[in-house]
Amino acid sequence: MEQIPQIPKEKFRLIHDENNKDQEKIGTPSLTYMQDVRRRLFKDKVAVVCLALISIIVVISILAPIIAPHNPNAQQVTMSNLPPKLGNLNIPGMNGYQNMGGHMVDAYKQADAPKGTFYILGTDYLGRDLLSRIIYGTRLSLVVAVLATLVDLLIGVPYGIVSGWKGGKTDTFMQRIVEIVSSIPNLIVVILMMIILKPGLTSIVIAIAITGWVTMARLVRAQTFQLKEQEYILAARTLGEPSMKIATKHLIPNLSSTIIIQTMFTIPNAIFFEAFLSFIGIGIPAPNASLGTLLSDGQKAFRFLPYQMWAPAIILSVIMIATNLLGDGLRDAFDPQSSEN
Amino acid sequence: MADERQVIVSVKNLKQYFNIGKPNMVKAVDDVSFDIYKGETFGLVGESGSGKSTTGRSIIRLYNPTDGHIYFNGQDISKIKSHGSKMKEFRREMQMIFQDPYASLNPRMKVKDIIAEGLDVHHLVKNDDERDKRVRELLDMVNLNPEHMTRYPYEFSGGQRQRIGIARALAVDPQFIIADEPISALDVSIQAQVVNLMQDIQKKQGLTYLFIAHDLSMVKYISDRIAVMYRGKIVELADSDEIYNNPLHPYTQSLLSAIPVPDPEIETKRTRIDFDHKRPFEDDQRLQEVLPGHFLYCNDEKAASFKNNK
Ligand SMILES: Nc1ncnc2c1ncn2[C@@H]1O[C@H](COP(=O)(O)OP(=O)(O)O)[C@@H](O)[C@H]1O
Ligand SMILES: [Mg+2]
Repeated sequence: MEQIPQIPKEKFRLIHDENNKDQEKIGTPSLTYMQDVRRRLFKDKVAVVCLALISIIVVISILAPIIAPHNPNAQQVTMSNLPPKLGNLNIPGMNGYQNMGGHMVDAYKQADAPKGTFYILGTDYLGRDLLSRIIYGTRLSLVVAVLATLVDLLIGVPYGIVSGWKGGKTDTFMQRIVEIVSSIPNLIVVILMMIILKPGLTSIVIAIAITGWVTMARLVRAQTFQLKEQEYILAARTLGEPSMKIATKHLIPNLSSTIIIQTMFTIPNAIFFEAFLSFIGIGIPAPNASLGTLLSDGQKAFRFLPYQMWAPAIILSVIMIATNLLGDGLRDAFDPQSSEN
Repeated sequence: MADERQVIVSVKNLKQYFNIGKPNMVKAVDDVSFDIYKGETFGLVGESGSGKSTTGRSIIRLYNPTDGHIYFNGQDISKIKSHGSKMKEFRREMQMIFQDPYASLNPRMKVKDIIAEGLDVHHLVKNDDERDKRVRELLDMVNLNPEHMTRYPYEFSGGQRQRIGIARALAVDPQFIIADEPISALDVSIQAQVVNLMQDIQKKQGLTYLFIAHDLSMVKYISDRIAVMYRGKIVELADSDEIYNNPLHPYTQSLLSAIPVPDPEIETKRTRIDFDHKRPFEDDQRLQEVLPGHFLYCNDEKAASFKNNK
């Protein structure tokens, strides 16, 4: 056998045996988990910008009757299809000039618009002010989105948690209901609603409420199934934590990324669903505007009057992108480990 | 001698089946009986899937036992209702330490809230100051820096997390702790640390442990008595030394022969004893005392042979 080299005894030294006792002191102030979440969210610049954008859009929508410069439904046929014009400032693209047969002509002069009349985003084919219609349309689309989200959170999440947590017969029964509901196409529900109710916001919202929560419920249930076998949940049970508390303290925080990501899908889906229904003519009835109806109107004249579609399309895109990025930020904010950047 | 000691947990004919009535029914624990004495460390050993965790979880009533009785301090706790006041009382007396240090702490809670969970559930502290003070005490007890109580679990190593789990269990001042393979997920160098800590705390607080492990190597040093479990049954139960020096069941012998010895002389001569896993239990076999304090799963004939030899 090989000789092991002798190491002199003095070279050995007892390392502090109360290990870690004076490992680096940490500077993080003692905040609660939710305070930590907020702090992390506000550290994320992208999320803050998105939050600001969404807040602005929401505030404008709420204050629509005050902010909108014109009545969104008032027709003025003589003023139809006017291009955007912002005061008398000669901003290219916002100066009331329009390409007609290769020449730029002042459309406002042609329409005999009284001096000082201008529409910031132009008018549609019935001479309605587009800006006002977009403000009101955004408001309506946001209402649909908020209601769909509420349905997801208030029906889908608890349904999924209960189903996954209880398991067994309860779960089987609840999943049968989910299967039945999800096998009915949304469109059928809306059309059936239309027989009972008038076309409009109510029937759209009811259709979303009936069918919209299913995906969320399924995802939450699957995740709950995994989580409930986690040892920290078992530990909570051995400590005697009531089920309700386990749901709020342990399940929901750990379900948060699933919930947020699914909500990020729900919001655009709801807006598009409404847009689709309006597009095929069974959504929001004329003359009311929603982003969907504005897009479908604008799309018809897109080749010649592109501004009619650009404005609602940009707003819709901004809402989508902002909610998605905010969702990402929220998801990270809920995860303590992500603060380590 | 055993009779003088006070029994803290008594398991009588415990059965825990899963998926009853379905083709995939599992008899995870099948008619198991044993007593645990106050102040001892009772080792429960067996290969993975033998039903050790299930036994522990039935005793702590994470499951509703299919059949049999569990007495804790003389009281039958196998049938108490999940949400009654009796259960709440019981939840303070018995606690559990888990296997996986990465799954046993909620990643979205601060260490202080994890440890204080029991304090909150049982209203053991009056206000936040008292709560923080108690959490500090507990962290100190498990040799962690109390300053770290505002951190999240991911900032700790496996051994540290396991100690947080121990602090959480200790928060409610239990008498009896089930440790379900508390060291098998840890590095060998850390295992001794955690075991020593558990033993220190046991001495200080007069705790009783049910220590679950999948091999005999560590358990034989820390347990007073050891039960060997195989396919849902206890096949042998005796004092730690007795199991080690005089294993009677072939399965125990096979487990012992698998422990490496830090001595090359012995190690070269060590042979593994194989256990025939195809041979099922026979109907006439049961757990019986064949030598004083030494229980063996066998038939009456075999048991009698030990008596005659004496
Ligand atoms: N909740 C459960 N449902 C169905 N089968 C289970 C459940 N828990 C454990 N089992 C089965 O019971 C047996 C014993 O498992 P377990 O007690 O975890 O073994 P060990 O802890 O000894 O490795 C295994 O065959 C396992 O698959
Ligand atoms: Mg196990």
